[in-house]
Amino acid sequence: MKISPSKLISLLFFIFSGYYLYTAYQIQVFAFDENAPFNAKTFPIYLGFAGLVFSALYIILPEANPTDVDLKVLDYKKTIGLVILMILYGLTILRAGYFLSTSIFLVVSYIILGERKWIWIFILSFPFVAIFMYLLHGLLNIYLRDPFLKYIGIMG
Amino acid sequence: MIEGILIGLQTALSFKNLMMVMIGCFSGTIIGMLPGLGPMTAIALMIPITYGFDPSTGLILMAGVYYGAVFGGSTSSILINAPGVPGTVATSFDGYPMAQQGKAGKALAIAAYSSFAGGTISAIFLLIAAPSLSLVSLSFRSPDYFGLMILGLTAVAAFSSKGNFLKAMMMVVLGLMLASVGQDTLSDIPRFTFDNMNLSDGISFVLVVMATFAMSEALTIIFKANDPTKAAKQISLSQLGSIKLDKDETKKMVTTIPRSSVLGFIIGVLPGAGATIASFLAYGMERNFVNDEEKQKFGKGSVNGIAAPETANNAACSGSFVPLLTLGIPGSGTTAVMLGALLGFGIQPGPRLYQTNPEIFWSVIMSMYIGMVVLLILNLPLIPYIARVLATPRTFLIPLILFFSLTGVYLMSFNNFDIYMMIGIAVVATVLRLYDFPMPPLILAFVLGGLMEENLRRSLLISDGSWSFMWDRPLTIAIMLTIIFIVGWQIYKSFKLIKKH
Repeated sequence: MKISPSKLISLLFFIFSGYYLYTAYQIQVFAFDENAPFNAKTFPIYLGFAGLVFSALYIILPEANPTDVDLKVLDYKKTIGLVILMILYGLTILRAGYFLSTSIFLVVSYIILGERKWIWIFILSFPFVAIFMYLLHGLLNIYLRDPFLKYIGIMG
Repeated sequence: MIEGILIGLQTALSFKNLMMVMIGCFSGTIIGMLPGLGPMTAIALMIPITYGFDPSTGLILMAGVYYGAVFGGSTSSILINAPGVPGTVATSFDGYPMAQQGKAGKALAIAAYSSFAGGTISAIFLLIAAPSLSLVSLSFRSPDYFGLMILGLTAVAAFSSKGNFLKAMMMVVLGLMLASVGQDTLSDIPRFTFDNMNLSDGISFVLVVMATFAMSEALTIIFKANDPTKAAKQISLSQLGSIKLDKDETKKMVTTIPRSSVLGFIIGVLPGAGATIASFLAYGMERNFVNDEEKQKFGKGSVNGIAAPETANNAACSGSFVPLLTLGIPGSGTTAVMLGALLGFGIQPGPRLYQTNPEIFWSVIMSMYIGMVVLLILNLPLIPYIARVLATPRTFLIPLILFFSLTGVYLMSFNNFDIYMMIGIAVVATVLRLYDFPMPPLILAFVLGGLMEENLRRSLLISDGSWSFMWDRPLTIAIMLTIIFIVGWQIYKSFKLIKKH
């Protein structure tokens, strides 16, 4: 039996709603609030049931307007590459600082997407981030901690 | 009221705020022009910047971005037949054929004048309607607000579902679930935090908006591999032609604009409908109003065919501010984003906004009008130059969108947990969008989640746990009946579609 991707997503949402509902019932409320008409877990419980009902209806009923996606034309390589790059960016931003990690993130993402104009790649990374950081500091008074710039003596 | 208008005018006309309107309109036009990036993305990208300003200035900047994005959307519709915004799809029906005839400049001018006229007329309507509706809405109670929020959510779900109402409703529930993460507002009891300190304050609104719109839109463009810049080469951007209109064309616009403005404004006020529905309805209505000879020109570069949807979508933009400013309930995804930003400033829009913060209330309304003037004076002559943005290769565009999204979220919290959560939500949103699970209902639900729970809590406590509050008052009954009608209509439509398939 072939299940449509939309129904599969609905099935996952059904499981997620079930888990959400279970967690909602586990919320610890104050003893005096236990039998109140409304406490911290009332609304989440309603939401859990609503999620179960809507996803179950979608799974059971025939699809009114099925979505057809040609999976072969999708560019998995570049998309996954960018997602991994963003995760690496998250890993390095606190250690290497905003300037270095953001500039490298931009350079690598241009390259992943197939850009080879090196002058533009350079202009739209290191100098671009430097100007952006200057605007943040100078105009909006937003301080960005940057161990790298501190190490080379540019930032205090 | 006159005093309020003067205060608003004074605030809006300050040098700083005038600059913000210009910057907002200009950047909104550029972002809105890029296919796939609409007003919601444009506003979302601006939110972190606005937090550095006072609320009036921040809101004025966002309103400018909103109008600019709608105007920019019509430019890409006309020039490359790739609407940047759903609200300008109807513009491409006649705008693009006119551009193909070598009259792109003329089509852009018609769009700009119509947008200006539609925006101006509806700004006057807003000036009259907002204070009166504020007075009426003072009589609204918690059950009515709760009902109105459900109405807003079901209406947005119905209009954005493309025949998949259940998918849209699942997104509504998901948005409400995301909003329930964090400490309970009344008891401070942690919910769904899994002992993680980063979740105790809940999920940031900016994070969810950036992830579901800016970031997932960028990922979708790469994932689907349909290069919008390839389409940009279809029309030579250096040969736009004259932007001057002749007497006959002006005459046609004069008859179209008033009726489309009224229709657009009314549709904009209704929850969920917004600019897209308004523009399609205005296009259809105009086709019925014109004579047979003119009817034949529709779809082939008709002046009325461009003027009607452009007037209506701008009028609807102003109209959608009515429920936001007077009831505190956004009627569309874009105004939901603006509500989130307002709450971030510590301002609760509602019937008392124009009494407690008249400078904000009136300056936003005034800046809308100034925004229209800026769009006409500044953007129209600059269009041949701004249009070159359409030639920006996506190899540079996508990383820059990701950069602004990641930076926007990092600037809010300065930790990498939010970056990971944003990537996670963006990946899920990209997959969901691929299969037509709409995002506007999710955002609206996320913004309204807290308010909805608060009003339900009050209603249930007042009625001692009984759900009779839903039919105790005529107003609540009327709201509930409207919800039942919308849901019933969607069920009927779905069954009709199933039968057809």
